[in-house]
Amino acid sequence: MKRIIATCLIAAAAGMAATSSFAQAGKTLDQIKQRGYLSCGSNPGLAGFGLPDDKGNYAGLDVDLCRAISAAIFDDPNKVKFIPLTAKDRFTALQSGEIDVLARNGTWTQSREADLGLLFAGVNYYDGQGFMIRKKLNVASALKLEGASVCVQQGTTTELNLADYFRSNNIKYEGVVFATSDEALKAYDSGRCDAYTTDASGLYSERLRTVNPDEHMVLPEIISKEPLGPAVRKGDDQWYDIVRWTHFAMVNAEELGVTKANVDEKAKSATPEIKRLLGSEGDFGKAMGLSKDWAYRIVKHVGNYGEVFEKNVGEGSKLKIRRGLNNLWTKGGIQYAPPVR
Amino acid sequence: MSDHKLTHRPHIAWWNDPFYRGLVYQLVLLCVLLVLVYEAASNASQNMRARGIPTDFGFWFKTSGFDINLTLIDYGAASSTYGRAFWVGLLNTLLVAGISIPIATLIGFFIGIARLSANWLMARLAGVYVESLRNIPLLLQLLFWYNAVLKPLPNPRDSLVMPGVQITQPDLSTTIIASLMVLAGGLLLRRSRAMQGTGTLLGNVFGSVLIGLAILFWLFGGALLGLANVGLLHLSGSMGVFLNNRGLILPEINLVGGALELSIASLIGLGAAFVYRAIARERQRQTGKQQAVALIMLAIIIGVPLITFGFLDSHVTIAYAELRGFNFAGGVRVSPEFAALIFGLSTYTASFIAEVVRGGILAVPQGQNEASAALGLRRGLALKLVIIPQAMRVIIPPLTNQYLNLIKNSSLAVFVGFPDLVQVFAGTVLNQTGAAVQVISITMAVYLVVSLFTSLIMDLYNRRMALVDR
Repeated sequence: MKRIIATCLIAAAAGMAATSSFAQAGKTLDQIKQRGYLSCGSNPGLAGFGLPDDKGNYAGLDVDLCRAISAAIFDDPNKVKFIPLTAKDRFTALQSGEIDVLARNGTWTQSREADLGLLFAGVNYYDGQGFMIRKKLNVASALKLEGASVCVQQGTTTELNLADYFRSNNIKYEGVVFATSDEALKAYDSGRCDAYTTDASGLYSERLRTVNPDEHMVLPEIISKEPLGPAVRKGDDQWYDIVRWTHFAMVNAEELGVTKANVDEKAKSATPEIKRLLGSEGDFGKAMGLSKDWAYRIVKHVGNYGEVFEKNVGEGSKLKIRRGLNNLWTKGGIQYAPPVR
Repeated sequence: MSDHKLTHRPHIAWWNDPFYRGLVYQLVLLCVLLVLVYEAASNASQNMRARGIPTDFGFWFKTSGFDINLTLIDYGAASSTYGRAFWVGLLNTLLVAGISIPIATLIGFFIGIARLSANWLMARLAGVYVESLRNIPLLLQLLFWYNAVLKPLPNPRDSLVMPGVQITQPDLSTTIIASLMVLAGGLLLRRSRAMQGTGTLLGNVFGSVLIGLAILFWLFGGALLGLANVGLLHLSGSMGVFLNNRGLILPEINLVGGALELSIASLIGLGAAFVYRAIARERQRQTGKQQAVALIMLAIIIGVPLITFGFLDSHVTIAYAELRGFNFAGGVRVSPEFAALIFGLSTYTASFIAEVVRGGILAVPQGQNEASAALGLRRGLALKLVIIPQAMRVIIPPLTNQYLNLIKNSSLAVFVGFPDLVQVFAGTVLNQTGAAVQVISITMAVYLVVSLFTSLIMDLYNRRMALVDR
């Protein structure tokens, strides 16, 4: 009898232990510090946003955001583990806690925040959906795509916008849906589809991956608003603040003229905004669980928003995308960050 | 447990009684399992709620907003729900399984029997088929058919066109030359029958080739060699059949009016054919005379609806596809994704079915072969009447496994862009709604139900075929 009771208790205890271990999820920042690295959901194949080079080092606009978060926490931009994710699996990975932050050119939408239990921490790239077609088709507008086959990646806002756009313009089309952008692009390149659609920024980099980039062109229409940004799980406001203000710090740094090269010099500046940002006055990092020079670390290791933009997608890259909407609000764009004070 | 039935039981405490003790252990185990399952489920739902992830099935009734390029039921991005998308995906999966299973069975039986053939070449070719197809991963085969065979087809503007056929009077000289060739071929065949050894084979081959050439010559004249066509058939224009990298485009045949009458007539024809078969069999049992069953059945099945159609006030319209803009408009299109999936699944599964069939036939004792030969049955008849019915008892259970594999393997559709259940529901719907646990649970349940249902049907068939002990 004793043995039976003992067995029962042990089994019950084991059951409780097994099930309760993931019920007690601690604060994200504490977990990251304990673990020693940031786990960042990344795009494994989009040049300019997230793409590993031949040595396996990730590079891109989204990648640099994760590096900036790592720099703010650890004073080291390389304590990041990049988890490659497809568009289809990305939100599940974030919901289930496999990653801490999802910086994978995800579009900020209402339902993704309200229904999926996510929060978007800002917009690090204002984008819109476009089409790529073959030049020899002599099509100048997306409205002339009657009857066309369009290759598209599954699980994206792109898939939904495509349906909306063609329906509202009363155009018949055939959507051929693939699980990854790689397969969708390959199908387009082989001639299975007349057009390939994704966010305009993606089109520029995907065009370079076709066999003959010169045979393809991007149509002028932008058919949707695609504010791309990093997302976190709901329920940890401190972590949400860290991700959001990492982006804002980079934008503020650009606005204040603080660059990777001059950040040490600027730290001694007398301008109060710069002093507050770089931590030589006040302690604005403390409430977020960070050091007071958190923003200094970001700029020192990664750079300001403008530098990161130019390096990954702008003039310093193969994509040569103009700043456009992504310029600072003072220079005709809409990148605007609340002040640090 | 027989000791409790003894009248003289030694008095022992119930907890020392092995019967009660066993019972208690099992109850405890059951309780622990239930607690664990309950804990896991409630924990998951609690965590999901805490993280703001939906835990209900409310998404089922929400508007889907995405398009699907192959739908067997009405579906529109703006008007249909995620639930509707589920049914579209499920029907597409069932369509793939429903088409692939018969094709795989046919190819499998043919290859399995061919591998046992006395014809050296045929047996070796069948062997090569089985060994190469079943040893290459299915995913690679699907990607091969899709990427290497179907996608390199020309674009719609340069489609391969199947030419139309016109019948004309062939030249007299063509007919005479063709007749002479047939005669020569026939003589060769006849002579080789009398010979022994390799001469037989050569004679057979040359004779058959000669007759084949004669028929081709009579039909097409010199057109196949690029010379003037003096034969029966002239190719010109188009039949409305096109092949390009958007798929195979066929004319769409529509029945205008009389659908109900015709389906009733088809059912009557089918019934009448089976009644005829029963009568013919009974007559054969009584008189011993063989009746021509298959041909007459076919005639009844086709004839009854055809005659009915003659009396009805309905007609058939044929809509030909035409190149409009980027793609063909009108007509029916078989997409490369669908073709690659059906072809890959059928040929792959067929290689396993072939081995199952070969094993089944080899399991029938050699004596049965010899006995049927002694009765004077030809090889084909012996297979049909004696060997296969006995082999079926061995074949059916492993054949069921292959059918189940095929159904489950159809979920690889996602890799060739075909909208099956996994692609539509466990892919797009999951991503758009974020309801991962619910969507994956439903998908798993569906595959379970479909597989169990297939097993049930095959089990019923197996019971009918099983050896009845008398």
